[in-house]
Amino acid sequence: MSKLIAFAAIQGGYKVVSEVEGLYRNALQTYNADTKVEFPNTGYYLPVIYSLTGLKVTNLENLKKPLEFARGLLPPHVKSKNHLPYLGPLLDAGMAGIIAYEVKEAIRSVTHPDFYYPHEDPDIEAGKIWTGPADDIILRKRGVEFVDGSAPGFAAIVGAAPTPEIAKMIVEDYQKKNLYIFCAANHNGQTVIQQLIEAGVQVGWNTRIVPFGPDISSAVFALGFANRAAMAFGGVQPGDYKTILKYNKDRIFAFVNALGDIGTEWGVAAAGCVNWGFPTLADTDIPEILPTGICTYEHVVTNVKHDEMCQRSIEVRGLKVNVTEINIPCSFGPAFEGERVRGADLYAQCGGGKTQCTELVKMAQMNEIEDGKVIVDGPDVGDLKEGDTFPLGIYVQIAGREFQEDFEPIMERQIHHLINYIQGVMHIGQRDISWVRISKAAIDKGFTLKDIGVVLHAKFHQDFKKIVDKVQVTLFTKKDDVDKMTARARAEYQTRDARVDKMTDEDVETYYSCTLCQSFAPSHVCTVSPERTGLCGAYNWMDCRASFEINPTGPNQPIEKGECIDPKLGQWKGVNEFVQKASRGAVTHYNFYSMVTDPMTTCGCCECIAAMLPSCNGVMTVGRDYSGDTPCGMKFTTLAGVMGGGASSPGFVGHSKHNITQGKFILGDGGLLRMVWMPKMLKEELKDRIMARGAAMGVPDLYDKIADETVGITEEEIMPFLQEKGHPALSMDPIIG
Amino acid sequence: MAEEKEKVEKGLKLADPIESSIDISTQEMIARSHKLGIETVFDRAVNMKPCNIGLQGICCKNCAMGPCRLPLPKGGIVGEDTRKGLCGATANTIAARNFARMVAAGAAAHSDHGRSVAEVFMAAAKKQTTAYKIKDTEKLIAVAPHLNVATTVEVDGKTLDRDIDEIAVEVAEKALNEWGKMEGELLYLKRAPKPLYEKWEKYGVKPRNIDREIVDIMHRTHMGVDQDYKNIVKQCSRASLADGWGGSMLATDLQDILFGTPSPLQSEANLGVMKKDHVNIIVHGHEPVLSEMIVAVAQSQEMIDYAKKNGAVGIQLSGICCTANEVLQRHGVPPAGNFLQQELAIITGACDAMVVDVQCVFQNLANVAKCFHTKLITTHPMAKMEQENVVHIQFDEHYALEDATRIVKMAIENFKNRKADVMIPPYKSPQIAGFSVESIKYHLGGTFRGTYYTLNDNIINGRIRGIAGVVGCNNARTKHNEHHITIIKELIKNDVIVLSTGCSAITAAIHGLLTPESAAVYCGPGLAEICETVGIPPVLHLGSCVDNSRILLAATEVVKAGGLGNDLCDLPAAGSAPEWMSEKAIAIGHYFVTSGVYTVFGGNLPMSGAPVFQKYLFEEMEKMYGGKWDVTADPIEHAHKMIAHIDKKRKELGIDKARERVLMDMADRQKLEA
Repeated sequence: MSKLIAFAAIQGGYKVVSEVEGLYRNALQTYNADTKVEFPNTGYYLPVIYSLTGLKVTNLENLKKPLEFARGLLPPHVKSKNHLPYLGPLLDAGMAGIIAYEVKEAIRSVTHPDFYYPHEDPDIEAGKIWTGPADDIILRKRGVEFVDGSAPGFAAIVGAAPTPEIAKMIVEDYQKKNLYIFCAANHNGQTVIQQLIEAGVQVGWNTRIVPFGPDISSAVFALGFANRAAMAFGGVQPGDYKTILKYNKDRIFAFVNALGDIGTEWGVAAAGCVNWGFPTLADTDIPEILPTGICTYEHVVTNVKHDEMCQRSIEVRGLKVNVTEINIPCSFGPAFEGERVRGADLYAQCGGGKTQCTELVKMAQMNEIEDGKVIVDGPDVGDLKEGDTFPLGIYVQIAGREFQEDFEPIMERQIHHLINYIQGVMHIGQRDISWVRISKAAIDKGFTLKDIGVVLHAKFHQDFKKIVDKVQVTLFTKKDDVDKMTARARAEYQTRDARVDKMTDEDVETYYSCTLCQSFAPSHVCTVSPERTGLCGAYNWMDCRASFEINPTGPNQPIEKGECIDPKLGQWKGVNEFVQKASRGAVTHYNFYSMVTDPMTTCGCCECIAAMLPSCNGVMTVGRDYSGDTPCGMKFTTLAGVMGGGASSPGFVGHSKHNITQGKFILGDGGLLRMVWMPKMLKEELKDRIMARGAAMGVPDLYDKIADETVGITEEEIMPFLQEKGHPALSMDPIIG
Repeated sequence: MAEEKEKVEKGLKLADPIESSIDISTQEMIARSHKLGIETVFDRAVNMKPCNIGLQGICCKNCAMGPCRLPLPKGGIVGEDTRKGLCGATANTIAARNFARMVAAGAAAHSDHGRSVAEVFMAAAKKQTTAYKIKDTEKLIAVAPHLNVATTVEVDGKTLDRDIDEIAVEVAEKALNEWGKMEGELLYLKRAPKPLYEKWEKYGVKPRNIDREIVDIMHRTHMGVDQDYKNIVKQCSRASLADGWGGSMLATDLQDILFGTPSPLQSEANLGVMKKDHVNIIVHGHEPVLSEMIVAVAQSQEMIDYAKKNGAVGIQLSGICCTANEVLQRHGVPPAGNFLQQELAIITGACDAMVVDVQCVFQNLANVAKCFHTKLITTHPMAKMEQENVVHIQFDEHYALEDATRIVKMAIENFKNRKADVMIPPYKSPQIAGFSVESIKYHLGGTFRGTYYTLNDNIINGRIRGIAGVVGCNNARTKHNEHHITIIKELIKNDVIVLSTGCSAITAAIHGLLTPESAAVYCGPGLAEICETVGIPPVLHLGSCVDNSRILLAATEVVKAGGLGNDLCDLPAAGSAPEWMSEKAIAIGHYFVTSGVYTVFGGNLPMSGAPVFQKYLFEEMEKMYGGKWDVTADPIEHAHKMIAHIDKKRKELGIDKARERVLMDMADRQKLEA
């Protein structure tokens, strides 16, 4: 009986819009019309309103238009007999409700500025459990997971389960399937988040359980996240609502779980979500809407049993999640990657300055090792007391007909997240500075060190089946063995680093494309060369090569660079041809080593964006975790908005952090010596490498000549600093010819 | 003399009311007409049989050597068909020429209607009249590009919105030019799916202008000109396209811009909408230009007060035929009946004025009106009546309000002349009308997600089996309304959604099929579920007979939305005119066939006497355009011919099996097209 749903949701639309109009009137009586209205650190204003209508809300006054728009969308009520068609009106009412909810949250940012705790994780001790709208840093960091598939979608859960145990079961089902869980609204005062906390589940972005807010209006943050993803990664223009919503339907695999009685205010929100192609599954016995069309499959499915909620939801949304079961006593998956093992939860640990913890992957001969064998050489956790520390050496041997020594570091880098995927086990660092913390909960479930070997064996086979035939894992826990292995590992690291760092673009004839993010940014094509790692920071040339070996039809394809058209700016015929084809004619050519002349295209995944500073005759760059203003006049998020979506924008280029100190970084424009400003955090992170690269370019104190936000955030402010320090850029040829 | 007259009257048989119609109000009014001694079309149909030769389409009266009649020999043609007229014209030539002249007449009727709308449009655009305004600017801007009219202007390198009045004037000029331009082809042809346009190009049937193709037919079918039935059919295609994708489509578009694009609304239908204590004005005919003004005037307080002063409670406006549909779609004015009920509306004794313009108006209305106080008012310069009781008030769009006021006043003043014997049958049905290409799109997903893909998706998944256009007239040779309703019910029972126009839509309304509630009663489970989800009736009223162009454009939208082929002929769809009678129906049928639609007519098509020509229309045309003609007198067979065609198309599209649920993983998503 869709009619009942339409009737209720349209009523809900009137109710919500009227309520928010009232709140707005009250706010205007208390605050000046020019009072600033914003969600924390975002370049997308109120993201739903901005993305769908193009309206940029920055103060209370600006809220008038979206509210009028919402009011205008409200359709006539549905009559009991001989009613007019209601599907379109229902969806319009839903949208009116969503817009009103976003306005409501915007008003809340004025009236209750401290209502939310805008961090990745809540501060439960302080009672700050609601984190509110995600800022752009979280959006980009987490958005990339949607892009590369490590997060297949999100479940927006509203309300509360009948018991904390049921809440935990549903949410863990989603975690095991790698989905994000966005939580909002309460049912009779109870919320899923409170239930999870009670059940001892860690909540926050790091465990993919996001506590948006306690009201139904906070559910709008999930939609704001989705629409920002469409703009940031899909390059969809604000105001192009058709494309934004279609993008969501086709590419963002999200849905709503309504736990508890659905009133008109939830109803209108659910109807609103259908505009995005996000269906609703409810645990109550209300009418269903089964025909397809606006959503890919059913629109409203009800009376779903709690233990089937996860399975039914992903099926209704048309999502396939490939999860292989790994035979360990703990839950396993990316959702547990960010989970922490805090002091109070800790059972035992290794590394972290207390003991040595080292990881090494080495190639082995086929007859040398036994596949699946896990040796724990020394005491296991069962031999330890609570609070103990122990040394650990994780030594993985891989054999495979297609395996090469070059793949060793790539495999080794997997160890960090794979161990982290184990629920109740935390991994920090890499190589010889690793740190593993094991929680009491994991021990209670029966975790032993052997399980680390089981995980690595299973996942290496699963993710790298083309190159991996045999995997054997040895876990050393005796100090002498660990020290011996560490010495050997350090020698290996050195050899490897030297090999990678010495590689130049001239050394190879083949570059690699990366279209991993084409599921989100359909026209963007990265080309990765030895001296230009992928702009997302995740893929260097070696990785791409390995990825191609592993999956020859995958997103990393070899590009014969062909005839060199411009050695200074870095342009090759073969690359141009490839890019033209892969971008479907949108981009005909680009330069690897220039940001001034036809730079490489940029997608929303980039770690940093460099921008030209003409008055300083130099460039600046800013990383995505710096949220302040920059001398180019734009914050990172604004830059990314201007640049992302696969466009080549002269004067700007997206790049990885690592690329800054690579030899070919904007070499056509003068290279790293042009760098006049970086955020302090980024500068410090790269300190050693900047100093080394500066020295190589003949300016050993370059590091000290680069300004940061403590010097200034405008070109005028930093200029005296550059002059005083004698920055090399000031005496270089004009950056624009 | 007196004796002789009585004898004639005695010899006149009376129609059996129950056998004449399936509608109870019609049955009651036929009975009443008998009681009052008033003859109606139902009685005449009983007394006058159709000409058997004409029925077969093989009577030629195009020159004075004839009429030549070429009946089929008893037992059919054995060996060579040697039949010919004095000039040697074969049965094929004669039937094709007769058919062509019907196409010409039908196309002329629609297109001339379109022309007068275009003229009013021009007057409104140039602000030469205050009565008409450009009402739907959104549609104006949507239509303009199809007439090569720019909607933006470049000023200093910036693109700005062009002045609306300027756009309107140019649209008017370009539109009017379509009737008589000397070069090029009809601009709207490019609105069709590309493969269809290319077929028209390939077979040389793209109309040059609207009028010329009609003149061409009249010339070509003159004695001794085109004597190749295939070549005649080709011209029929060209002229009919000039109607469907020309005159009719322009009429619809320009009417929408002037009077508003319809969106769903609630109304009622049948003779019961007339009110005993109100002044009843019935608008009948086809053009909305005058009736729009009558609606405006009749709703004015001044006129309502005037009606009260004259002893009535108020003014009840209602309609017959397509004028009814025009004012229903835009204002919710209820239709009092369809084509065959026009005399009956007067026989209620409660019709104070019937205002008629063009097409489908019985001359016998004047005879019936004579028996009552009813003022029968003709308004169109080309449509007068010889009977002296008929009032002619020639309508001039430059004095539209004055003319309308005069008419409404005349009706009000006539209220007091009503005789005691008034009988309005107490039957009327609620209906939801007012669908258009635009409003269907909206209702398939709202402001943000409105798209025909929602419909396609449910055709692909099999909830909806296909789409049928059921349109056209009533015909006194068929039991009134029976075939419309039998066919529509059979279609929706089999999950075929029905788009309807003209008298067929009024019929569906009278029989309760235009209510959302009817879906659960009459539809198969799939269609019922869709109707419930969208909140629509299983039969969508798309307007008048010129609005069949809306069906063409709706089908084009379905093609564009994707998943159901590239051309109209790929769609699981079929057309139908169950009770056709007018030449316009033939023009409509032919432009649907030439646009790729399988089209079934009820009753008879006048071509059975020329089997080769008939085979050409029934089989050969499909090879060129993908659409073809068919005919059957049995309504159930009629519906199942359509369903069989729909199933054939489903099979060709590969959607005849249950759709799989495709679950997407990341790799699938990466393969998504940009």
